[in-house]
Amino acid sequence: MSGQLRSHSLPLAALLALAAAPFLGFGDGFALSLLARAMILGMAAVSLSLLIGGAGLVSLGHAAMMGVGAYTVVAFDAAGVSEGVIVFPAAIAAAALFAFVTGAVSLRTSGVHFIMITLAFGQMAFFTASSFSSLGGDDGYTLYARTEWLGTRILDSRLTFHFLCLALLALVWLGCSLLLASRFGRVLRAAKENPQRAQAVGFQPYPYRLVAYTLAGAVSGLAGALLANASEFVSPALLSWTRSGELMFMVILGGVGPLSGAILGALTIVLLEEWLSHLLVYWRLVFGPLLVLSVLFLHGGLIGVIPRTRAALRLLPWTRRNANA
Amino acid sequence: MSMLLVQALNGLQFGVLLFLVAAGLSLVFGVMDLINLAHGVQYMLGAYVAATLGVWTGSFWLGALLALPVALLVGLALEWLVFRHLYRRDHLSQVLATFGVILTVEEATRALWGSAPQTVLEPMALTGGPLGGVEIVSGLLYPTYRLIIIGVGVVVPLLLWFLVERTRAGMLVRAGATHPAMVAALGVDIRRLFTVVFAFGAMLAGFAGALASPIFPVAPGMGDTVLILCFVVIVIGGVGSIRGAFIAALLVGLLDTIGRAMLPDALRLVLDPSAARQTGAALASMLVYIAMAGILFFRPAGLFPGARA
Repeated sequence: MSGQLRSHSLPLAALLALAAAPFLGFGDGFALSLLARAMILGMAAVSLSLLIGGAGLVSLGHAAMMGVGAYTVVAFDAAGVSEGVIVFPAAIAAAALFAFVTGAVSLRTSGVHFIMITLAFGQMAFFTASSFSSLGGDDGYTLYARTEWLGTRILDSRLTFHFLCLALLALVWLGCSLLLASRFGRVLRAAKENPQRAQAVGFQPYPYRLVAYTLAGAVSGLAGALLANASEFVSPALLSWTRSGELMFMVILGGVGPLSGAILGALTIVLLEEWLSHLLVYWRLVFGPLLVLSVLFLHGGLIGVIPRTRAALRLLPWTRRNANA
Repeated sequence: MSMLLVQALNGLQFGVLLFLVAAGLSLVFGVMDLINLAHGVQYMLGAYVAATLGVWTGSFWLGALLALPVALLVGLALEWLVFRHLYRRDHLSQVLATFGVILTVEEATRALWGSAPQTVLEPMALTGGPLGGVEIVSGLLYPTYRLIIIGVGVVVPLLLWFLVERTRAGMLVRAGATHPAMVAALGVDIRRLFTVVFAFGAMLAGFAGALASPIFPVAPGMGDTVLILCFVVIVIGGVGSIRGAFIAALLVGLLDTIGRAMLPDALRLVLDPSAARQTGAALASMLVYIAMAGILFFRPAGLFPGARA
């Protein structure tokens, strides 16, 4: 248990810092909306990490699921409905349905095919969103108001929204971790390590993977609905494939193994992007090479930094002498 | 009817461009097991270099010709800097690193050329005149330049087939794809072989970009659209198969072009005009992906499964 606690120390510290942030000088509107974005993308990244790290399914169309969630909010808003009790479950269900249908086709393939097909479906969602001129088309859609809860406009308070996002992020992380640790998760991981062997023991990977894919879609749908509320604006750019690539980068940068890596990755990337884009006009000229370098050299991601430095320290001559003494 | 003929020719010509990009992508994947998202960047650079050099030299054709060695050099440089270190890594790392390359190169393009579409010299007056158009049916002129692209689509695949199937270099490439260790043991420098294949694929994509520059807007992000359609092409055609890529490219080009031109009008027969326009446009942009899903449902490995699936 203490070992588990130690391996989760970094993300737990991050969550605590997020809880304390509004009271430590990050309470203004700009900082809060930035942190909310990071936490929401963190949820989507955790669900993607469940697919990549847990099931070995490298999806490059994950932004589409978020987009389906966000556009459900938009569609309800355009119809004059902004009751959260209706909108949020609908957004989650719509994203789950989209994931189920596209997953049913994509999961028939594997490896590189799977990457390309999820990318293609993501792009399909992108073009579909751009062509709905009644929902803003290419220009995007500005929501009339944030979603209500039983008639109260509780989400309008930035602080409430901040803690709602934080609570949901923690819940998503916990839920997905429990799922991975359960029997269901063990089958997923077994099918990732060795599909033949999993089949030989009597488990067909396909239905398990489809359920995981649908669940990840549902979580991303929730994230999308929250993101629509956070910015009160939705455009097809939300579904673009660069967004999917970014989510994947969050997962890899944080570290693929434990799901909490995705949270660290999301925080790091959202803050890094914000910082760089203030610093430079063409900030991607720095961000892009950083991405390449981190893939080439940072094996195991940020979450692996602590144990790795500890191992490296142990190899240094003076610490070794201390250990012997 | 003549409308359909024109759209079919446009579709064929788009398919040819897709094939030129997809062939390199498929070759690199088949030989080196590398999934290269940054291949679309080569296409974009080809178009930009052709446009700029075309304006400088005053001749579109000279610019297009000069774009080939530039694309080749950029391909060599990127291979040396990044891709070489990715051959032994898993697909996830390859996707991410090449995604980083896309972000970098597209941003560099934006910094150098700006975000607005580039002016491109017209290769020949697009319609009318003895050089500009060819009368394909009585009373219907079709731009000669577009016919030339279709002609390229006949010549390049034949050349590629000859190169891969009938020459010593092609033999090494095929051998290197299936048994790299054995080929290396026989004294072939497999790294150099990989570099050559990669640069060749990059040049093909740059060539496609140069050809496309007078027809499609030359702007940042033009490579992404083509890249993703090329993935569809490769998935439909079967990974690593040049023949599959050719047939699938024509199929995708035709389907996309004809769908966009015809669907909104066709739907007007059953829906009111504004709804028809909207659903038609949405449906047309989904058509290619629906076709892909349909084909995959029956043949998960594509129409012509290659050596490596």
